[in-house]
Amino acid sequence: MTLDPIRSQLDNGVTLLAKRTTMTPAVAMSLAMRAGSSCDPAGWAGTAWLLSRVIDRGTATRSAADIAEELDSRGITLTITVTRHSFTIACVCLAEDFEPVLALAGDIFMNPSIPEPELATRKGEVITAIRQDQDNPAVRATESLMALLYPDGHPYGRPTKGSVETVEALTRDGLLQLHADRFAPGALTAVIVGDVDPSKAGDAVNRVFGGWRKPAAASSAVPAAQRGTARRRQTIAMPNKTQADLAYGFVSIARRDPAYYACWLMNNVFGQYALGGRLGDSIRERQGMAYYVSSSLDANVAPGPLAIRAGISPANVDRAIASIDDQIAGIVRDGVTAKELDESRRFLIGSIPRALETNGAIANFLQTAAFFGLGLDYDARLPALLDAVTLDEVNGAARALLEVETATVVVAGPVEP
Amino acid sequence: MHGRPPALTETLLDNGLKVIVQEEHTAPLASVWCWYKVGSKDERPGITGVSHWVEHMNFKGTTNIPRDQVKGIIEQFGGSWNGYTWIDQTTYLETATRDALDRMLFIESERMANCLYHPDDCESERTVIISELQGGENDPDQLLDQELTATAFKAHPYRHPTIGWLSDLETMTRDDLYSYYKRYYVPNNATLVIVGDVDTSDAMKRVERHFGGIPPGAAVPRLRTIEPEQTGERRLTIRKPGTTAYLKVGYHAPSVADAHFFPLAILDAVLTGAKGLNLWSSFRVPPPQRSARLYRALVERGLASSVGGALLPTEQPFLYMLSATATVGTPLAAVEAAMLEELERVPLQGVSDAEIAKAKAQLRARLVFDRDSVTNIAHQLGYFETIARADVVESLPSKIADVTPAQVAAAARDILRASNRTVGWFDPLPLA
Repeated sequence: MTLDPIRSQLDNGVTLLAKRTTMTPAVAMSLAMRAGSSCDPAGWAGTAWLLSRVIDRGTATRSAADIAEELDSRGITLTITVTRHSFTIACVCLAEDFEPVLALAGDIFMNPSIPEPELATRKGEVITAIRQDQDNPAVRATESLMALLYPDGHPYGRPTKGSVETVEALTRDGLLQLHADRFAPGALTAVIVGDVDPSKAGDAVNRVFGGWRKPAAASSAVPAAQRGTARRRQTIAMPNKTQADLAYGFVSIARRDPAYYACWLMNNVFGQYALGGRLGDSIRERQGMAYYVSSSLDANVAPGPLAIRAGISPANVDRAIASIDDQIAGIVRDGVTAKELDESRRFLIGSIPRALETNGAIANFLQTAAFFGLGLDYDARLPALLDAVTLDEVNGAARALLEVETATVVVAGPVEP
Repeated sequence: MHGRPPALTETLLDNGLKVIVQEEHTAPLASVWCWYKVGSKDERPGITGVSHWVEHMNFKGTTNIPRDQVKGIIEQFGGSWNGYTWIDQTTYLETATRDALDRMLFIESERMANCLYHPDDCESERTVIISELQGGENDPDQLLDQELTATAFKAHPYRHPTIGWLSDLETMTRDDLYSYYKRYYVPNNATLVIVGDVDTSDAMKRVERHFGGIPPGAAVPRLRTIEPEQTGERRLTIRKPGTTAYLKVGYHAPSVADAHFFPLAILDAVLTGAKGLNLWSSFRVPPPQRSARLYRALVERGLASSVGGALLPTEQPFLYMLSATATVGTPLAAVEAAMLEELERVPLQGVSDAEIAKAKAQLRARLVFDRDSVTNIAHQLGYFETIARADVVESLPSKIADVTPAQVAAAARDILRASNRTVGWFDPLPLA
């Protein structure tokens, strides 16, 4: 059973993927613009994020109160997310509400008015959220890791929410400029999954977005990031905390790198499979040092990070780091076993039906496949892509990505700097 | 396509195990949950946190699943597994492709009867759980929730956190854990739920084979304490270094079986937006709340960056908890004054028919969204069977539709009283 979504493109460049399901009388939509935080102007980190907080607070024809009423009366919320490269409005609604909700989301995308009073209120919320992050060891460790891995203003090294100072200084004109520069029909992919006929979904998308005429959005290349050449360790003292959070990582690979599937399988063995892979076995299960430990591979347009994260008692920080070092040295030196590779492969292939059960999950999957150009049949091809990876390739991925001597390590919590 | 849900069957095995099977043939998946009527309310001082620790121990090997074969036992089928413990319940789940049904039942039957509790595993898990506790304490919002709950209850064991108090976690023994496991993990204290692409009669044959031979246990002891009525407002203030101020107001709330429960759920939607009634999934999607009263009073006025309400179905009366995060520079007193003004207006003036109609529409939609996967459907059946009865799930839409404005007003008068509430502040000290 494969997804087989219906793809179409409006003459203004909007891309549509539609898939019918009938599990519930509901529809998930994911409208993604190629306008993430990497589009923030230099020195203005947080622009796209603040725009995401205020874009749905008024349009040319709808007040914030009108939008609130349209959403609340249908029991729905718009989830607006900003990643490095995408600005996405996602929503699950009852099938009977699909067309008016799509029209609302389209109006928000195309015609935001950004009323000044709304901007002031949302700024207060974002600044409060940044202050909360500053008191969160896990966030501090991860953001610092990213800043060290991606220095010199690289878009992956900037905090997505920006800083208190940049957010305070951002203006309505600045947000409207970002919208004018980056939001265009050719940069939009609409994914509609649920109890709606694909042809009707296509008609609805055409009614909402078909009249949007705007030149192609500006594009910008993401600069390359250099892998570290020496080991670095940073400590962020947070004496008001009980537990320390650890972020340990490397620059890895781009999503379109042919080695991606080998890296994915390697990372699954190393820090994902079951309860955190080899890392979980050693640090949580055998040594009882952490409630959570795992590694994640965030291959992106440019090489993204491979990051290991753990929450540990302050007394065990050095032991935990030494254990991670040992695990890296072991997988680089000895490789993974054929049994481990087989287990991870079977898991990743076997989990595809579960990962594609809900409308929202299917929409996310199709959106990601569209973003990276993986093809409409990506779900059908994925098992063969994973099957084709050899043990040598996985072990090569470990050698290429993991190296104790060049790791960047950040600890945040009740520890001495 | 969306007619009546497929028939649900309930069977009671001779050993007392209740089995609920619902066929759902939309995806080639099955979800198995095993629920136990034991949670942190069943704990006494000295062993707080034992229910949750036992849950952890029950992933560490059994007589017929050696320790080194636990890893991967369900992943081989592309499956996921998990578990959680809360005040009324402990539950375990696997969701995987349908061909893993027998494996999932085997795992749960082993978990019920044959867990090992090796002393080394008990010790290594002690530090994992203390790490979990400390991670929670890092979050001031979670800390305030824990402290407010402990203040609102003075007698009922809902007062202590599910993770337990640190001194108990440091001193509990392997025997404490194992005897608790043997007492509560018996078929006559459990419900097995199977939802998915299965054949009911085939599934029941497998259930009988895996579970039928497990002997029943002695009747499980039940809690007798009833929380005395609160006779005056309680308050607490936590002062620790931090960056952000948090407010919580908790009211003693009705149990799921109480006539006030569903009117209060409607009232919560009016105040903070409808969340749905699925502990497993509802809170992952923010509620529709921009026109809700407390959102307008706090967030739209710039006093708070977020506001929320939590009313969860529980076996016995728990708390209706309202929370707000103060924006930078806003005194907690101003946030509290604005929140209490709104809350105290409700018993005096009631809520409008239009607000109730909107709240019902929201809940109706959320109930649909809450059943978008075999995992979520199975959760709801087991959750409600554990705290009340599984058939509550099917009646949720009608229970919500039947709520009248007079019932909402009566619930507000009875619950939103000053003498029934506990007010908690996390008032941060400057960081060093």
